[in-house]
Amino acid sequence: MKNMILQCAIIFGCLSFGELLVYLTGTKLPSSIIGMLTLTLLLQLGFVKLDWVKGIAEFLSFNLAFFFIPPGVGLMLYFDLIKAQFIPIIGATILSTILVLVVTGWVHQLTRKNNGVSKK
Amino acid sequence: MEFLKNELFLIAITFGVYHLSKLLQKKTGWILLNPILLSIAVIILFLKIVGIDYETYQEGGKYIEFWLKPAVVALGVPLYTQLQAIKKQVFPILLSQIAGCITGILSVVLIAKALGASKEVILSLASKSVTTPIAMETTRVIGGIPALTAAVVVCTGLLGAIIGFQVLRLGKVKSPIAQGLSMGTASHAVGTSAAMEVGNKYGAYASLGLTVNGILTAAITPYLIELLNL
Repeated sequence: MKNMILQCAIIFGCLSFGELLVYLTGTKLPSSIIGMLTLTLLLQLGFVKLDWVKGIAEFLSFNLAFFFIPPGVGLMLYFDLIKAQFIPIIGATILSTILVLVVTGWVHQLTRKNNGVSKK
Repeated sequence: MEFLKNELFLIAITFGVYHLSKLLQKKTGWILLNPILLSIAVIILFLKIVGIDYETYQEGGKYIEFWLKPAVVALGVPLYTQLQAIKKQVFPILLSQIAGCITGILSVVLIAKALGASKEVILSLASKSVTTPIAMETTRVIGGIPALTAAVVVCTGLLGAIIGFQVLRLGKVKSPIAQGLSMGTASHAVGTSAAMEVGNKYGAYASLGLTVNGILTAAITPYLIELLNL
C-alpha cells in the first residue's frame, strides 16, 4: 500500500468535510455518509485519482464488519431489557429484514423491466 | 488481574478473537458461525467471566469503533467505480430504495407493537436497517435508546449477512443488482461486506443501498413516527 499518508489524508479530509457540513447546517445526515458522497464526487470530477485511495479504501471496506464488534459488545448492557422483550425485538427484526430484502429486490426488478433497460 | 483492563490488551483480544473466528468459519464452512457474531459472543463471555464492564472494554474498543466512520467514507470508491452503470437506472434504484426504506420502518414498528414491545423499544427499532451512526442518531432524534439501536443494528446486519442471499433466492430476486441493493438496504454495512465477498458488483450496489437508505431513513423516520402516532 503505497503512500499511506496521502490515502489517509483524502479519507479523513472527506470525513472532516462531512463533519464541517454537519456543524454548519445542523443536518441530521451523518458526517460519514456526506464524506462518502464527497469522495465519490471528487473521484468522478477527477480531483482525486482512483490510485490515490484504492489501497486504504479496499483495506477499510473489506474489514468493515470488524469495526462493528465494539458496538456489538454493547449488547451486554441491555440483556435485561432484551430478555424482557425478546420476542417482539427478535420477531420484528427478523420479519422486517426479510420484508425489506424482498420488497427492495422486487421493486427494483419490476421497475427495471418496465423501464426497458433490462439489458446486461 | 488489573492488567486485564489494559486497553491495549483489550484491543489485542478483539483482533485475536476475530481472527480465530474467521479461521474457524473457513474451516467449518458453517454459516451460523458468523465471525462477528462469534467474536461478540466470545468477548462478552470473556468480559463477564473476568468481571470487566462495557465501559472499561470501550477504553480499547473505541479505537476500533473509531474506524467505522472512515470505513463508510471508503465505500465511496466502489460506488464511484459503478457510477456509470448506476446512472443508467436512477429511476428503478430510487423507487426500490423508497419502497425498502418505508417497508423497513413501518414493518418493524408495527410488528413490534403488535407483539407488545414498549414504546421506547419500538422507537429504538425503527431505524434498525441502516448503518450504526445514522441509526443511533435517528433514534436519539425520535426519543428511543441509542445503545439498544446499536445492538439491534448489529443483529440486523448479521441476520442479512447470514440469511440474506438465501432469502433473496427463495423470494426470486435474481438480478445481481437487485440482490446487491437489497443487501445494503436491509442490512447496511454488514450486509454490504457479505455482498462484497460475493463480488465487487454486488458490493457496489450494496453500498449504494446502504447510502440511499441511510439518507432516506434519517430524513423520513421522524415524520413517519409522528404520523403513526404510537
